[in-house]
Amino acid sequence: MSMQRRTFLKVAGATGVAAAAGQAGADFGDPAGAGENAVLVDTTLCVGCRGCEAACAEANALPEPPSGDAVLGSLRKTGVSSFTVVNRFEGPGEPRFAKRQCMHCVEPACASACPVRALDKKPNGPVAYHKERCMGCRYCLVACPFEVPKYEYAKAIPTVRKCTFCAARQAEGKAPACTSACPSGALTFGKRGELVLEAKRRVYAQGSKYVPHVYGEHEAGGTNWLYISDVDFSRLDMKVTVADASYPQLVKGALGVPPFVMTLWPPLLMGIYAFSHRRQQVAKHEGRETP
Amino acid sequence: MMRADANGGWFQEKILLGLTPRDYLRTLLTPMNGVAFFICAIGVPLLLYRFYAGLGATTNLTQSQPWGVWIGFDMMTGIALAAGGFTIGAAVEIFGLKEFHPIERPAILTGFLGYIMAVIGLIADLGKPWNMVQIFAQNGTRSVLFEVAWCVVCYTCVLSLEFAVPFFEWLGVKRIYQPLRKALLALTVLSVMFSSMHQSALGSLFIIAPGKLHPLWWSPWIFAFFFMTAIIAGISMVIVESTISHKVFAHQLEGQHHDADALTLGLGKAGAVVLFAYFFLKLQGVIDAHAWGYIGQGFLGVWWLVEMLGFVLLPSMLFAWGARNRRVGAVRVAGAIAVLGIILNRVNVSMVAWDWQNPDHYVPSWIELWVSLTLVTLGVLAFRWIVNRMPVLREPADLAAGHH
Repeated sequence: MSMQRRTFLKVAGATGVAAAAGQAGADFGDPAGAGENAVLVDTTLCVGCRGCEAACAEANALPEPPSGDAVLGSLRKTGVSSFTVVNRFEGPGEPRFAKRQCMHCVEPACASACPVRALDKKPNGPVAYHKERCMGCRYCLVACPFEVPKYEYAKAIPTVRKCTFCAARQAEGKAPACTSACPSGALTFGKRGELVLEAKRRVYAQGSKYVPHVYGEHEAGGTNWLYISDVDFSRLDMKVTVADASYPQLVKGALGVPPFVMTLWPPLLMGIYAFSHRRQQVAKHEGRETP
Repeated sequence: MMRADANGGWFQEKILLGLTPRDYLRTLLTPMNGVAFFICAIGVPLLLYRFYAGLGATTNLTQSQPWGVWIGFDMMTGIALAAGGFTIGAAVEIFGLKEFHPIERPAILTGFLGYIMAVIGLIADLGKPWNMVQIFAQNGTRSVLFEVAWCVVCYTCVLSLEFAVPFFEWLGVKRIYQPLRKALLALTVLSVMFSSMHQSALGSLFIIAPGKLHPLWWSPWIFAFFFMTAIIAGISMVIVESTISHKVFAHQLEGQHHDADALTLGLGKAGAVVLFAYFFLKLQGVIDAHAWGYIGQGFLGVWWLVEMLGFVLLPSMLFAWGARNRRVGAVRVAGAIAVLGIILNRVNVSMVAWDWQNPDHYVPSWIELWVSLTLVTLGVLAFRWIVNRMPVLREPADLAAGHH
């Protein structure tokens, strides 16, 4: 009960801050997916308690994450039964912690790559997975620039596994399990437009503290999980080579070709046929007359 | 053609090549058949085992290398090598290059079998292949794979209609093969249309993953490279295939008047031009991607040079030299190198240069390789079985009687 009240206060507080920030920034124009649900990760506030991992496992019926700090000794990746992991990165000074999970892109490469729409972007933010449609082609694994979707190779009837952004909880008006569980204020759940501004507010208000970059504002065309940090993002094993352009846009040109091929090829080929056919007819005709 | 009414007569004539069951079985006892049997006797159970045990137990696929040999070789390479079907079909039916007519049917048969084998490989690779029907239910129009899937379906239908001509000639069903023969021009137009989309879309699949494919292979123009290499593969495969066919099926070609050497030289000329154009287009792609600095850098930088110089420029020159000096042997060797070059290219794009920054790189499991080998073997066996029975290399009975 007390847990729920605390969650409520946190969400209310975050929304209040975000709403004020949103108003202040109205003149700058809304970023992509401004109205979608998003999370701001302030890595400077994360204490590495891994409460988010436990909450995630509970909410998604996953095996309990390993207890104890020993797991922080090595770099972990998300997996088929761990949708989020917190990694420790040794300093200068204090160690830093960074939580990893699906970035829930505004324009997700995985959802655009899926030929059967088993991965689907919800209007309120989450990239949801429908296992009943999935045929297991694994093109989502190929496409995702953040290497998030994981495949259950060990199973005879496998599915794709990744963070759900607790879409079911969001549908009930609740915040994702991880953000509700975070005790240090490192995770703020809110609207993307407002969180982008909140992130910038923190970065510019304490200019000497943060790296002047909001990771996820433009990466892959914008992600619903945003990160700010006081060390370079490459040191947190964040993918810094990810392009700013939206990944679905990359294939737009190539995908625009089929309609032209389908309408232009047949008449063009028939035209060539008509020429070559006529040439043969003439050759046959002349061949008969000349000798 | 009359159906033999004697009990077992039809079976004996059509399936057993007119031999008694005992004699027919005896003809099968050859060393090559023994090797093929050995491969399939292990490979087919392995394929079934994959569905029982899952991908993890049978393949070395990882989260960062989700596509292995079954996609990279069976699908990517199988489809490219099947391109002879539309290349030669277009040359004969649309461009009116009638001198290539004798190799049209074997090229179409290769295409048909190539697609069937690729689809079997795909089914082995998919985690839940029965959900393939979702392609028809969900409009995943933003996916290149959606385009690929529809092209596979449509072009396999076109190929089976094209193949239906010799098939029903064999069975003597005039009512079916006569209208289909007349439809060959329309089917060829469709085959060029679906193939040009399909071959290029297989390349487009990689456009969405610029960071994962090595910059020397990734290019926004990769769809154009895939389409051009498909034409190269089509031409080269026909050269290789007709070389082998003339050795293996020589008795079927007796009495035919076409000059196989002139055909090969003609194909070599075409191959030289397309390969040369492809070489320069690839250089253009490197410049366009600002990837010049990667050439010769590290294993992949050298490996790219090996592919481009040894398997694109070299066969191009050899084709040109052979075609100019009328050296059929050189053209055949160039064809074989070009075929290997296409295989190398598809394997490089989908496996070797993929996930290139990961030191822990994918190496296929023996089961993956064995299943692929089995599929190729089954394809060759099916080709031989069909060619020995249906009018693919030899002319159909009614035309052969009427023409000469």
